[in-house]
Amino acid sequence: MNNIIKKFIPQILAILFVVLIFGFLTLNAQINMDNRGIDFGFDFLSQESSFDVQFSLIEYSGSDSYARAFLVGLLNTLLVSFISIIICTILGVIIGVARLSSNYLIKNSAAWYVEFFRNIPLLLQIFFWYYAALRALPMPEKANAWFGVTYMTVKGYYIPAMVWENLNIFLYCGLAAIISIILLRNYANKLRDTQGKQIPVLLYSVALLIVLPLLSFLFGGVSLGFELPELKKLSKISYIYEGGISLPPELIALVLALSLYTSTFVAECVRAGIEGVSKGQKEAAASVGLTPNQVLKLVIMPQALRIIIPPTTNQYLNLTKNSSLAAAIAYPDLVLVFAGTALMQTGKAIEIVSITMLTYLTISLTIAAIMNWYNKKIEIKEK
Amino acid sequence: MQTFNFFKPNRNNIKNYSIIGSFFVLVSLIDVISNAFLKINLTFFLPGSLTNLFPLILGLIGLNMMRIDYSGNNTLDLLNKNINTNNFNALLTLLILFSIIKVLPQSLSWMILDATISGDSKDACTGTGACWTYIKVWFRRFMYGMYPNEFHWRINTAFILVIALGFVGYFMKENLKKYLALYYVIIYPVIAYLVIYYLISGGSFGLQWVETGAWGGLSLTFIVSFFCLIFCFPLGMVFALGRRSNLPVIKYISICYIEFWRGVPLITVLFMSSVMFPMFLPEDFFMDKLVRVIIAITLFEAAYCAEVIRGGLQSLPRGQYDAAKSLGMGYWKMHIFVILPQALKLVIPGIANTFLALVKDTPLIFVVGLAELAGMLALAKTNPKWLGFAMEGYIFASIIFWIICYAMSKYSYNLEAKYKTER
Repeated sequence: MNNIIKKFIPQILAILFVVLIFGFLTLNAQINMDNRGIDFGFDFLSQESSFDVQFSLIEYSGSDSYARAFLVGLLNTLLVSFISIIICTILGVIIGVARLSSNYLIKNSAAWYVEFFRNIPLLLQIFFWYYAALRALPMPEKANAWFGVTYMTVKGYYIPAMVWENLNIFLYCGLAAIISIILLRNYANKLRDTQGKQIPVLLYSVALLIVLPLLSFLFGGVSLGFELPELKKLSKISYIYEGGISLPPELIALVLALSLYTSTFVAECVRAGIEGVSKGQKEAAASVGLTPNQVLKLVIMPQALRIIIPPTTNQYLNLTKNSSLAAAIAYPDLVLVFAGTALMQTGKAIEIVSITMLTYLTISLTIAAIMNWYNKKIEIKEK
Repeated sequence: MQTFNFFKPNRNNIKNYSIIGSFFVLVSLIDVISNAFLKINLTFFLPGSLTNLFPLILGLIGLNMMRIDYSGNNTLDLLNKNINTNNFNALLTLLILFSIIKVLPQSLSWMILDATISGDSKDACTGTGACWTYIKVWFRRFMYGMYPNEFHWRINTAFILVIALGFVGYFMKENLKKYLALYYVIIYPVIAYLVIYYLISGGSFGLQWVETGAWGGLSLTFIVSFFCLIFCFPLGMVFALGRRSNLPVIKYISICYIEFWRGVPLITVLFMSSVMFPMFLPEDFFMDKLVRVIIAITLFEAAYCAEVIRGGLQSLPRGQYDAAKSLGMGYWKMHIFVILPQALKLVIPGIANTFLALVKDTPLIFVVGLAELAGMLALAKTNPKWLGFAMEGYIFASIIFWIICYAMSKYSYNLEAKYKTER
């Protein structure tokens, strides 16, 4: 009896507490909304949004619905996260490895890089790039061409656009190359296990990746053209580039700040991972006659990756969440487009903020679930 | 033949090679330095891009010639071991050296040598360097926001009092030490709140009322992070214990709480506190924006705190629980006297890191219209009398935050090292 009381009383109290809090809050919300004449509902999503977004990946205009505006914001968030994740991974791996270098100068420069970018709040870094550094770029008419075709100006970064013909054939060829590489690897593994023969898989893979798409150019009727950005006079003093792809300065500032900031954390993960592999492993691998490259590829990296990947994914998740700081410099991401402009126009605070939070929550929980599954899979299976 | 083996320097020809090699390196450095400082191109006779590559190639050859294993010369050995182990390393060394030489003088002259700090208007800044006059004139605004100038002593006094009260633990008598946890978790926050309320807000004791809208600058950053810091810790502890509980309801409530806050970005939480939260309050109940923001950040950081504390709880061996239970201790007794003291000691570095993240997150309150340092910078930047000094402002703010965060991270690192050795 005593045990049952001990077990159930706290749980019932906890449930009561939660229910009371939620009840109190919803009751208040109900009264407040009645008083202000707002009704709760998600009908507004299909209404016409009548605001414009200056940068979007899909076709969007003011006559589209709020749901589409949400999609525009979400895609912009994913775009900036995707680019930043790629850059921060490359930078992070380089810096992380550099911190373990035997070279005094490299080691210390990498350490200072990490200390420098890690200890300045991200928002200040975004502001610095956006308001200070990128504003110092030249006007469009004075910009020098980088590599002859791209222009870095105060109004954005202009790069040539690719104009494809028969793009689908090219993509099929790429797909075929990837599939044949997977088959080749399986075959090579089988050959090694059964007959002990080694074939240079990497070389073949690279060759396949280059040759197959190349064939599509020669025989498949695929062609690739470039549309170059060209200077155009708008009025007496105002110029702009037309054609090609223009990346707005907000995007560039955001990508720079996010990738530099997160790369320091990735670098620390990489360093910890490589340091985490015990020295004995390396020595043992060398003593059975593996070459240094094989030691790295077959012994060190698989073990280091096991330590590196979970915290690094966590950093990617942080980066995606941090990309919401875009709202501070008016890059039209999910928060700005939806929780900012759309909220202002409709006044549906509860619905919109909940949708925004749930979207981020879904992204986080999905990635977390995948990570848990992956961790289970790569766990060292001890017997 | 041995003496003229160009690519294989060894001990026999060490004299010639080390001298020629260091001469080459020296020439390449001089070339870069003269290029950077005096704007003289020593290699004008070389065509096009070769001019830029010349010091690199020369330096590489020089370093290659100096690379002699076990030369017997200590300085040379040290140099080779640290910056010159192979050609690739030598290349990287040279690149780093050259970029330091190219970048450092420029930024130094911009920040210090050509900078202006005299005068008190924009006209004083005529040079090519930074205009620190801007920072000097706006300094009080950056520190205290729109708080009236004559009352700044109130903020200072309040901070000094709060810090002094925080150090009480160090000077407490031995027999009172057992109440220390109680003091820090319950009494101290209340006292700190009262001090800040009565001194900075004012309204009584003959002090003029200053509304929170006027608070700002770095002091607001400190106030927000301080309150979030002292409130999020106990809350995080509760949820960490909840997540480890055997009672399913409590466990799942805690898990939901923690995973919810960890899954959303802080900025949406702040949006929630500023636009959605007022809808959930009783009708004529007004809650100050600053208070709402502090509550929001506290709830948010508590989830992170909880995860860190849970890590500490998990790392304790089962034997500690079993031993406490076998002594007949109940749940609370066991946790308060056996588990938490050990677990909390383990998680101090992790908690310090969470606090560091918290301090770095506070500038975000700018997004909901509270003018802390980043907000004041945005305000000053758009002032028509002071247009065009965004760079100085952000560099100033970055330096301040960098010093704070670097000190905190070094401190947490020291703590980590300290507690590592004890286990």
